[in-house]
Amino acid sequence: MSVNPAMAPFLDPNSVKRGLSRRKVLDKVFVIIGLTVMLACLAILAVLFIDLIKDGSERFTWDFFTNFASRRAERAGILAAWVGTTLIMVVTAICAVPVGVAAAIYLEEYAPKNWFTAIIEINVTNLAGVPSIVYGLLALGLFVYEFDLGQSIAAAGLTLALLILPIVIVATRESIRSVPKAIREAAYGLGATRWEVTKDHVLPYSTGGILTGMILGLSRAIGETAPIITIGALSFIAFLPESPFTSEFPFISFGWLNDPFTAMPIQMFNWVSRPDPAFQANAAAAGAILLGMTLMMNAVAIWIRYRFRKKINW
Amino acid sequence: MDSTTTARAQSVQQQTRQNPQEPALRSEKSSGSRDEARIETPRISIAVDDTRKVRALNVKAAVDNLSFYYGQHRALKNLTIPIADRQVTALIGPSGCGKSTFLRCFNRMHDLQPDTRYEGSITLHPDNLNLVGPGVDPIEVRMRIGMVFQKPNPFPKSVFENVAYGLRLRGVRNRATLAEEVEKALRGAALWDEVKDRLQDSALALSGGQMQRLCIARALATTPEILLFDEPTSALDPIATAKIEELISTLRDQVTVLIVTHNMQQAARVSDYTAFMYLGELIEFDEAAKIFTNPSKKATEDYITGRYG
Repeated sequence: MSVNPAMAPFLDPNSVKRGLSRRKVLDKVFVIIGLTVMLACLAILAVLFIDLIKDGSERFTWDFFTNFASRRAERAGILAAWVGTTLIMVVTAICAVPVGVAAAIYLEEYAPKNWFTAIIEINVTNLAGVPSIVYGLLALGLFVYEFDLGQSIAAAGLTLALLILPIVIVATRESIRSVPKAIREAAYGLGATRWEVTKDHVLPYSTGGILTGMILGLSRAIGETAPIITIGALSFIAFLPESPFTSEFPFISFGWLNDPFTAMPIQMFNWVSRPDPAFQANAAAAGAILLGMTLMMNAVAIWIRYRFRKKINW
Repeated sequence: MDSTTTARAQSVQQQTRQNPQEPALRSEKSSGSRDEARIETPRISIAVDDTRKVRALNVKAAVDNLSFYYGQHRALKNLTIPIADRQVTALIGPSGCGKSTFLRCFNRMHDLQPDTRYEGSITLHPDNLNLVGPGVDPIEVRMRIGMVFQKPNPFPKSVFENVAYGLRLRGVRNRATLAEEVEKALRGAALWDEVKDRLQDSALALSGGQMQRLCIARALATTPEILLFDEPTSALDPIATAKIEELISTLRDQVTVLIVTHNMQQAARVSDYTAFMYLGELIEFDEAAKIFTNPSKKATEDYITGRYG
């Protein structure tokens, strides 16, 4: 084979070596840029977190968790707020996950591919980008007034469920899509119906991704303030909702669903807006706790994903 | 043996099953221990003596004038092939000739895709069920006709659950029955000895060849009437391939086998009948020995001698 003279300089061993070292420098430069950007992001989060902990340090006591809000900063606690947040999250998860997973299964496994489902798909993705205050306004009109749920935990949970529904749907679809076609064919080939393929294979194999999506959705919901304020969360509350557990049969009560509530971000917002600097420490402490809760939920999501990945690798 | 495809189809259809003398190809294959078969492949010989008698067989499925469409595209054109009962029929041909498409008509896999259409018929004997008939439930068809895919595709469950899945779909709940049938299927797929101590382990921990035999066991567990193989060894190494081929040869006693293969030597080694397809059409169908030694069509000869494909 004759060498094209124009190619000769590129094939000379020395110039090959020189060219390669230049390309490798570029490779390193990119690594450095990437690493710097990533560390900067982490550093900002770390500084924020440390600053919150420092500002709120004197407030991290047991009393802070067991006291209601108070006019005096040192006696104020987040009891109503964290109980409210926890109950709202329970409602949100119970409402958003089944609906979101079912919608995702329908779109992935059942829906015919046509313009109608294409529009639904685009809109689901778009919904994830709708400002949360808009959900708040919708919920105010729909849940609070139309369904007459009032300013209750149920209304707040439903609102946040609506907010994270697109996140759950998108994550579930992603996860369902990662189940190989070959596995579906194997099950169909044995005579399984569509539902059997879904419940015996697709769902179990994508559980990791579904749970991850659910937790990421919840950790978004836990910090949401605007929609909850819109539907009328109280910012000063000195009592707990009715207990979900009772001493008499059937031991479970749903009275708490109708109770007024406050939540962590609202409590924070309230404290931050007070002139007394002592309340700033309260806000910082509450913020650190909220951030800690979010990070913990994310850690659980990562752990779940890791465990399922280890069990199933295609 | 100069019969045309149609004549052959009729002769296969009309004769009843007797057991004529085993052809040389077959007896060579079954002799020798497993180790020998693994290390060398003496049993392969395309140049089989052509004097053996016509095998007289029942037809398990009669493909009649079958055409298949992806939307407007006609992927299969008027195929007519008899599938002999408890024999191995191989489908060969260059890539894109429609062999896999044809195979997937038998268990209606195409129904999972939108906009596909069958014409003609595949009549399953003895009950004369038209597999591609419009009123026939594809799930019912798949429950009677098993399939083994190109890439081993075990479920990420235990070995036991993989094999038991088809039985569970059929409503078998009794643990003893399940265990018994799973063992039978694993033995049938020559895998029992290797996995009997690890039935509860994940099937994904098996080697590629073991996975493929597990997939065969999974299909066998439900006692299919026809077992479809879609290039079952294309993802396997030569040793695993030899084991699967040996297995397919032994399966012929229990089940009708239809195998798509890219590998002509494989078709020659395992099949009793071979169909050569090209561009969605059946070019030639005959006994394997005839196809590989004395094909009647020029195109077949060109393909098997490696002129294209």
